[in-house]
Amino acid sequence: MIKSYKNIGNLFLITALVLFLASVIFGFLASLLYRYPEFLKDSIGLSGLRPMHVTAAIFWILLAATGAIYRSLDEITKQNNHKYLKLLHWILWVIALIGIYYAYFTGNFGGREYWEYPPVFALLIGLAWVLFLVVFILKVRAIKKWPVYLWMWFTGILYFLFIFIENYLWVIPYFRESFIKDMVIQWKAAGSIVGAYNMLVYGTAFYVMERISKQANTGFNKWAFALFFLSFFNMLFNWGHHLYLVPTNPTIHYVGYIVSMTEWVFFIKIIYTWKKQVTEAETYLHYFPYRFILASNFWLFFNLTLALFMSIPVINLYMHGTHFITAHAMGTTIGINTMILLAAVFYFLLPEEENHHSQWLKAGFWGTQISLLIFLIALMGMGITKSLWFFEEPQAPFGEMMERSRVWIVLFIASGTVLMGSFVILISKITATYYKRS
Amino acid sequence: MNKWVSITFVLLSTAFLLFSWNIYRDEAVYEKKPADYDAEMQKQGRLVWQKYNCHVCHQLYGLGGFLGPDLTNVSEKGYHYVDAFLKNGAASMPAFNLTEEETNQLFEFLKASNASGSSNPKEYRKLWNGMIEQ
Ligand code: HEC
Repeated sequence: MIKSYKNIGNLFLITALVLFLASVIFGFLASLLYRYPEFLKDSIGLSGLRPMHVTAAIFWILLAATGAIYRSLDEITKQNNHKYLKLLHWILWVIALIGIYYAYFTGNFGGREYWEYPPVFALLIGLAWVLFLVVFILKVRAIKKWPVYLWMWFTGILYFLFIFIENYLWVIPYFRESFIKDMVIQWKAAGSIVGAYNMLVYGTAFYVMERISKQANTGFNKWAFALFFLSFFNMLFNWGHHLYLVPTNPTIHYVGYIVSMTEWVFFIKIIYTWKKQVTEAETYLHYFPYRFILASNFWLFFNLTLALFMSIPVINLYMHGTHFITAHAMGTTIGINTMILLAAVFYFLLPEEENHHSQWLKAGFWGTQISLLIFLIALMGMGITKSLWFFEEPQAPFGEMMERSRVWIVLFIASGTVLMGSFVILISKITATYYKRS
Repeated sequence: MNKWVSITFVLLSTAFLLFSWNIYRDEAVYEKKPADYDAEMQKQGRLVWQKYNCHVCHQLYGLGGFLGPDLTNVSEKGYHYVDAFLKNGAASMPAFNLTEEETNQLFEFLKASNASGSSNPKEYRKLWNGMIEQ
């Protein structure tokens, strides 16, 4: 712990890993409810487990990204300063976390999907975020020419704050007057806040890759900026694709639809650079930060394909309201964000390659990749079952539809168990090696 | 380069702010359905829905958790139907201890959601350009 204190970035990374561990455990318990509805039903139940799981997952992403950004900024500016501000930033998060989990365990909710804690805790998180913005600006103000990852971080930090506030407009009764308007604002915020934290994560991926390949100019590449603006544009305007079924102003639907379709550019770009990556992969494969980023690229391709089809309204009609959405959400948070952040954790906490030659780490890596694939297939199987049910005539009762999904649910729980096990191996191996080194 | 990046950044941000502002204030775009529900109570009902985390298992217009059915139009089945589920639970749904006032507010909220449209995917029309519409 002492060593961590010298660098608050590491303290954030370690705290994030603890949340990650909590998230997979709560997620595993929640998955059991699909098969055993009586499990914990009258105590925590899914009403408690799902918020515990989702909050820990989102906070893992936010805190790991924060830690990675703090470490990167120290490297870029070659000084580890503003320690007390950073420490205060961390302390605010810890107080918020304790409060939020206390509330969850005592059955005290009141927030909305993904942010179910009583809204007072949002004040602490908002305040922590303001501090993050302040430290970021203090660190980078002397840098004249910003590489693309500084822009991504700046955009992510600034917009997260804005959207986080928008996410709480419902506290004001005016915004709850129209049911539809309230839904629109809720999913507008929910959609673009993901874009905001993706900016933090993708910026980190870019930075780590630049350092691994030791090509200092990639951060000023024109393509990199073009892709940054395309993501930014999508973050601001593509959220309408969550709302195709909500009867609101068609402009909102069309803007979401058209903007989402610009993401085909990413798709083409990935195929285009495929070959280059394969060659590169041979050089760096044994280096875990690289390996996880490579994995994230695979998952990016997988999820982007799914998302692109889902963003076409007539196709969305068949996938919306089913576990396809869960597959999309979990596929991106685990496959893309978590893989990138694990790459960052390795890069900043265990940079030497000799620490990566471990059978346990290899098993953890492959365990997560393979079980994640099966896990997502199971969710999509549940999705197809439900979609067929939506359109059948006459429609069987809901419980019967769930019963038809039994095979998928068993597969979902089994692969989820392996996924949890693999992550536990990775997390414990990383932390154990980290503390042994220090 | 820095200059162009900054200019594009500001332009996109401005467009976003204008778009958002329009959504916050423009009432015309949200079709007002006949209000056969109590507007004040439905506002409170939204908070009851949140307090008990119904969205963890249920959806409104397909958005939410997927352990239970979509509830956008459940109010059509009547107050007592909903109340019975709340009092007794079913499958993984636990029994909830709502006060009568809370149940009333929640039901007004569900009436408001029902009045806004239908979440049944069968009731959408497909347009030539790939869009769907109720
Ligand atoms: C832990 C998950 C869970 C939670 C939380 C939950 N429900 Fe349910 N609910 C279900 C399930 C599962 C069913 C379907 C039971 C069956 O018929 O098989 C259901 C059914 C219902 C139904 C009947 C729907 C129909 O069309 O027949 C209503 C109404 C309902 N729930 C209301 C609520 C409300 C209101 C809340 C919040 C106070 C809530 N539920 C919270 C799981 C949940």
